[in-house]
Amino acid sequence: MDEKKEYKVIGTRPIRHDGVDKVTGRALYGADVQMAGLLHGRVLRSPHAHARIISIDTSRAEAYPGVKGVVTAADLPEAEDRIADLGEGAVNLKYLCDNILASDKALYKGHAVAAVAATSPHIAEEACQLIDVEYEVLEPVLEVRQAMESDAPLLHDSIRTTSMGETADEPSNVASHIQHKLGDPDKGFEEADITVERDFVTGTVHQGYIEPHNATAQFNQDGHLTIWCSTQGAFTVREQVAEILQYPVSKIKVIPMEIGGGFGGKISVYIKPVAALLAKKTGKPVKVLMSRTDVFEGTGPTPASYIRVKMGATNDGKITAAEAYLAFEAGAYPGSPVGPGAMCIFAPYSIENVVIDGYDVVVNKPKTAPYRAPGAPNAAFGSESVLDEIAEKLGIDPLEIRLLNAAKEGDRRADGPVHPRIGFVETVEAAKSHPHYTAPNGKKHHGRGVASGYWFNIGLESSVTINVNADGTINLIEGSTDIGGTRSSIAMQAAEVLGIPAESVNPSVVDTNSVGYTAVTGGSRTTYATGYAAYEAAQDVKRQMIGRAAKLWEVEEANVQFADGVFSSINGKEEEISFRDLCSHLGQTGGPIVGSGTVNPGGAGGAYATHLVDVAVDEETGKVEILRYTAIQDAGRAIHPSYVEGQIQGGAVQGIGWALNEEYIYNDEGAMTNASFLDYRMPTCLDLPMIDAVIIEVPNPGHPYGVRGVGEVPIVPPLPAIANAIYDAIGVRMTELPMSPDRLLKAMGKI
Amino acid sequence: MPTPYFKKMPTVVIPPLMRKLTDGEENITIPGTTIREVISNLDDRYPGMKERLCEEYRLKPGIAVYINGLLTRGSILDRVDTDAEIHFLPAISGGVAAPPD
Amino acid sequence: MARKSHVQTTINGETVEFLCESRQSLLEVLRDELHLTGAKEGCNNGNCGACSVILDGRLVNSCLVLGVETEGKSVETIEGLAEPDQLHPIQNAFLENAALQCGICTPGFIMSAKALLESNPNPTEHEIRYWLAGNLCRCTGYDKIVKAVMDVAKASA
Repeated sequence: MDEKKEYKVIGTRPIRHDGVDKVTGRALYGADVQMAGLLHGRVLRSPHAHARIISIDTSRAEAYPGVKGVVTAADLPEAEDRIADLGEGAVNLKYLCDNILASDKALYKGHAVAAVAATSPHIAEEACQLIDVEYEVLEPVLEVRQAMESDAPLLHDSIRTTSMGETADEPSNVASHIQHKLGDPDKGFEEADITVERDFVTGTVHQGYIEPHNATAQFNQDGHLTIWCSTQGAFTVREQVAEILQYPVSKIKVIPMEIGGGFGGKISVYIKPVAALLAKKTGKPVKVLMSRTDVFEGTGPTPASYIRVKMGATNDGKITAAEAYLAFEAGAYPGSPVGPGAMCIFAPYSIENVVIDGYDVVVNKPKTAPYRAPGAPNAAFGSESVLDEIAEKLGIDPLEIRLLNAAKEGDRRADGPVHPRIGFVETVEAAKSHPHYTAPNGKKHHGRGVASGYWFNIGLESSVTINVNADGTINLIEGSTDIGGTRSSIAMQAAEVLGIPAESVNPSVVDTNSVGYTAVTGGSRTTYATGYAAYEAAQDVKRQMIGRAAKLWEVEEANVQFADGVFSSINGKEEEISFRDLCSHLGQTGGPIVGSGTVNPGGAGGAYATHLVDVAVDEETGKVEILRYTAIQDAGRAIHPSYVEGQIQGGAVQGIGWALNEEYIYNDEGAMTNASFLDYRMPTCLDLPMIDAVIIEVPNPGHPYGVRGVGEVPIVPPLPAIANAIYDAIGVRMTELPMSPDRLLKAMGKI
Repeated sequence: MPTPYFKKMPTVVIPPLMRKLTDGEENITIPGTTIREVISNLDDRYPGMKERLCEEYRLKPGIAVYINGLLTRGSILDRVDTDAEIHFLPAISGGVAAPPD
Repeated sequence: MARKSHVQTTINGETVEFLCESRQSLLEVLRDELHLTGAKEGCNNGNCGACSVILDGRLVNSCLVLGVETEGKSVETIEGLAEPDQLHPIQNAFLENAALQCGICTPGFIMSAKALLESNPNPTEHEIRYWLAGNLCRCTGYDKIVKAVMDVAKASA
């Protein structure tokens, strides 16, 4: 990777390729699918948080006029209790199937139990109410520490705690225990002059994408199944549906429609296999849509958690030891993000003695799904609050203590691997010199907070094909769902290689039959890995074009050079032809050119962010107002800076919502009582100031242009940054999320 | 098994929860040119290791391997240099926390 | 099955006739009967604004209006905004400011911004934030959306 090179396309801000479609309402999202004979499907969900299903009688629903088919778990193939590797990671197949349609037990309120296809959505909804389900209601367990008690109600008889391949004998709600250890924590704490230990509790929050889940399926008479849907990964939908239905992937085509937000929540399948079952049963295409309540009650939130953090430091601020205990709610089936939480918790710092224990615990809530840097915000809320307290007690500036302990290239993370070149220090330095940090902050009940965050990012498989057009443009075929402008950030990398403008690339996101395997849009990987594949595909085109120029000029390929979009002959014969002009000679020089690139890169390169926030706390109401917000992040190389800023701003605001208002509120029976956008309070534009996004570029050596993923890390710092600012404002450490007005008033002793 | 003392070998950092198998030993140098060979040689020295780490043709679901700090996906077939540092960690992928079992 | 009513209304300047059940919302009629899918369903209870359209000059959530209520009225949707050969200035401003990520809320925001600028061509940042607070966006943090609307106001000032 060349750090000094001046780029022509990279770093510019072209209009996104799919922009006009999206501002004119023409872009087609999953719910916009229309076709002749389309039926409408709706899902019946459990009203109980924990219940045994005794019987399901669908006869009244089937007899209802307009109903064309009803399905239950009995329509799914018998699921083995075995592990399937589904591109999104390893999944127990029985758990996966049971989450689609409950078989023996309903494990959360909102758990899908049956589904109806009818001639209109209203009829389908009415018919759902005619399905008679007999339940034996069981006691639910809704909180992680209670679920870990030995006498807690058990969700599954089959779960035994596993610890790196070793399995316990007794059933438990604790699905797994992980541990990372470095050095000698006891010795480290002995060397400390100051030790701070605190408990933290975070609430259950939802990704909150505006577009509910949707799926339309059609089964042809020859057995070919087509699914149109919104998803973060068409290939992972194909894999999951194939496993759940025990159907060959070669007979399933997944057509990814535009997606209305995902943030990790549109990787797992919910209604896609249900739509397929209904389509099979009725012989007609069936569109299944979720309501907003379905989305809250039936799809992945990110978990509530209990976290204990202890850190020790010397009087001059050097951290000598750190200890963390993380217990995460997995929801109804194992698989909370406690792993990444444990991996990220102390990753901004170089600490010699560390021990981290993580527990994945099932509770009677929807199965959690990834949400933007899954696990890391919960973890950072603990560690960054404790570090802030240490800094304050030692009288050290909070940015200085971060600099003093900052992880750098070559330092070892607590989970083992050594950091490659990272840009954490650069984000803290930028925060120190930012006008926000040097501005006065002294008004009563106003406070300033800082916090940092880490996310490891991911590589995984991507494929890109490029078809060269005669007019000097290229068609770029990719399989990465475009959630936030990645058609452009990928196209720009191909354009840079070929020396053509971004506008000369036509990027298309295509179905699973039309492009090579591509993993999900997640893990901040798309601009990095699919961009890398586009770079490779463009290099392939370039090599072939050099061959064509050589043929045209009757020179050796080694004597053809390519720079700035122009091929030239060196060594003797002086010839020059632009990329565009050469494209018009493809026919006579050997035929069409198709370039391809496939990657599975390991060097995603971690991302760091440091945020600054000023708040005002209203003493009367307990409301926290965000007065000013600055988010600084190492993007490696910002391909399209506007969309990098967009990721930073959007992530920061999701973090603000998580910090201040968002939570699932449950009653004693385990029912969520605020399953609407009115009561689950996400930030509106009136709640916010402008978010100043500052991009730092410390190129990632693992990418040809230095790209680091940018999507996830910005949600990590806001939780602790705001907690630290509230402390600065009112002198109270908030250790429970969200820091909503009622909790603030309690903390201030007002109620 | 006998290992030539003069030859450099990969180092495996044993996860804390597996150190019972190695009598608490954290860093094990062990011969092998692929992850599969390394695991097989580890299992010869510390029986039970293989069962905890892999199935017939792949790592156990829920377990990931890092070679010199880089996450690999090819898993047991990946080649390792003589100076490689190998970590086995809970698997995480694609913005997704893989269920550890 | 419920009986359908005949409704005649004006949509984006054209006279349109359709049949709908009395329980069908304007959003359902637009999307399922007329195939104008630019208005999106995010919540179906008036909280997200993704289905915003302008009804007789007034911004409404089309999920909270019944299809039969539009008899004799005039509806403006996102599909009617651009000219055949050029985008509406608000649409251009959204593109130039990168004011969308996934784009699902974009039609609603654009209709909402249009209604704002028609009633107040020179809004302050606070007035823009106040007016657009009925539209939820989960991707952008609103920064670039607010800036796009400020740009349109500035250009017309």
